[in-house]
Amino acid sequence: MAGELHQLTVAQLAEGLRARTFSAGELARHFLQRAAQHDGLGAFLATHEEATLAQARAADARLAQGDAPRLAGVPLAHKDIFVTRDFPTTAGSKMLEGYRSPFDATVVTRLAEAGMVTLGKLNCDEFAMGSSNENSAYHPVKNPWDTARVPGGSSGGSAAAVAARLAPAATGTDTGGSIRQPASFCGITGIKPTYGRASRWGMIAYASSLDQAGPMARTAEDCSLLLSALCGPDPDRDSTSLNVPAEDFTRSLNDSIEGLRIGVPREFFGEGLAADVRAAVDGALKALQQLGARVVEISLPRTELAIPVYYIIAPAEASSNLARFDGVKFGHRARDYTDLEDMYKKTRAEGFGEEVQRRIMTGTYVLSHGYYDAYYLQAQKIRRLIADDFQRAFKECDVIAGPVAPTVAWQLGAHGADPLADYLADIFTLPASLAGLPGMSVPAGFGEGGMPVGLQLIGNYLQEGRLLNLAHRLQQATDFHLRAPEGF
Amino acid sequence: MSLTRTDIDRIAHLARLAMSGEQSERMLTQLNGFFGIVEAMSAVDTTGVEPLPHPIAAIQDIALRLRDDVASEPDQRTANQQSAPAVEDGLFLVPKVIE
Repeated sequence: MAGELHQLTVAQLAEGLRARTFSAGELARHFLQRAAQHDGLGAFLATHEEATLAQARAADARLAQGDAPRLAGVPLAHKDIFVTRDFPTTAGSKMLEGYRSPFDATVVTRLAEAGMVTLGKLNCDEFAMGSSNENSAYHPVKNPWDTARVPGGSSGGSAAAVAARLAPAATGTDTGGSIRQPASFCGITGIKPTYGRASRWGMIAYASSLDQAGPMARTAEDCSLLLSALCGPDPDRDSTSLNVPAEDFTRSLNDSIEGLRIGVPREFFGEGLAADVRAAVDGALKALQQLGARVVEISLPRTELAIPVYYIIAPAEASSNLARFDGVKFGHRARDYTDLEDMYKKTRAEGFGEEVQRRIMTGTYVLSHGYYDAYYLQAQKIRRLIADDFQRAFKECDVIAGPVAPTVAWQLGAHGADPLADYLADIFTLPASLAGLPGMSVPAGFGEGGMPVGLQLIGNYLQEGRLLNLAHRLQQATDFHLRAPEGF
Repeated sequence: MSLTRTDIDRIAHLARLAMSGEQSERMLTQLNGFFGIVEAMSAVDTTGVEPLPHPIAAIQDIALRLRDDVASEPDQRTANQQSAPAVEDGLFLVPKVIE
């Protein structure tokens, strides 16, 4: 059995822990050993065995007393964008090399309260800015399905770790697709809840009106267990946290989807969509129809506009959020400088990578005098039109479905010095982000080179339960989510 | 409308980013490439459309949240300064600002 522990899902691990088939300590050691064994993937940025084992001992004690919460003893790893007391936090940036947070992010606290044991911190694009994880200041992450390819981003370490069975689950964050796209590229399941469901306290800010935390795991059931634990109001610490009570998303997993209307936006199936991705997505839609759902064609007419709108708004917010990195209170400080301003400029030039600097530059420009109306304000207005388009679409359907990304994972280095190539590949995930809607990626099959393809599901506000239900029913009828990359 | 090197240097100064001539040139090319796709935005008629700065404004009234003005955090000065580049007597050190 011990050799197979990493093949078990979160739900199975929780059950095994409760039945005392294995202990939290055994699980923690098993997964840490796997993380070390597959270090070459680059998924982890930090582990700290003592801290992990101490958490595991606490979980075992609670399990022994019989008052343990549902996920007690189940290991997970956090995207390195969440601050943690027990582990260093870098946000994938040299700017925060060696940084230790004096507190835990709310999401980290909630999952710890649910009894989960932290294995370590996972690699990501610097400050969550990227679609391939190649913008990590430390090292890229390799896709376990083909180590010459990217895992997607920005939660690339999270997706690769879960796909490679180095962790049964991980946290991710999604600003413009950073949970959904890597989940799709690595053949796992991931959900971004409605904006405001999960607290942003302690999640290092990129674009505050878009950033959302969410779980990444192998199954929809596992995602529902984690999402139930990590959501909920945090009114004193996150001013945009929704005043909506936590829900148990596992309750609706098995609901019937008979007669459910699935809206398929025609703009998601245009010329830019690769044939292999289309074939897998069509296959998943057929499977859902066989389960009783109905497919209706809908239109999201401003899909293409989501690219410039997002890449104006997110950098604008980033330029403001990242102003705090000035070499004074925490993080990197340049060694040589002439005065305070010179210190700021050199510190930021040395500490931030190229993509981060590009977004700060774009954001500073679109917020500057004389350009604000034409760029930033115009983008915010089109953002409302995009949100309105979704509400019109949801009059004709219950859930929207389509591809997550136009292609399967590309080769490491393929986009080279062309940042625009990455931006354009975000086209299908950006609209839901701008509208603040919940979205997820569910394994839908395999495409070119045997690479995984994800089906994207988008729900109306607070409809996460419906998305997880649909995903779970699909996973009862298909086995794509059960397949493991060779060698893992 | 394209950005110029002068624009790049001005923005880099506003953003407090030191940039070599070579870096500015590359930044210029890349930002102009990006603003090529931004042009599509100007063709959209947004007369009378309210900006949406906060996605939840689409479903809920957004009011600034207020709480009672009481201390909620314990004194964390030492912990908060543990990652500071330069600290003395509990104060953050910066280069001399006033001569």
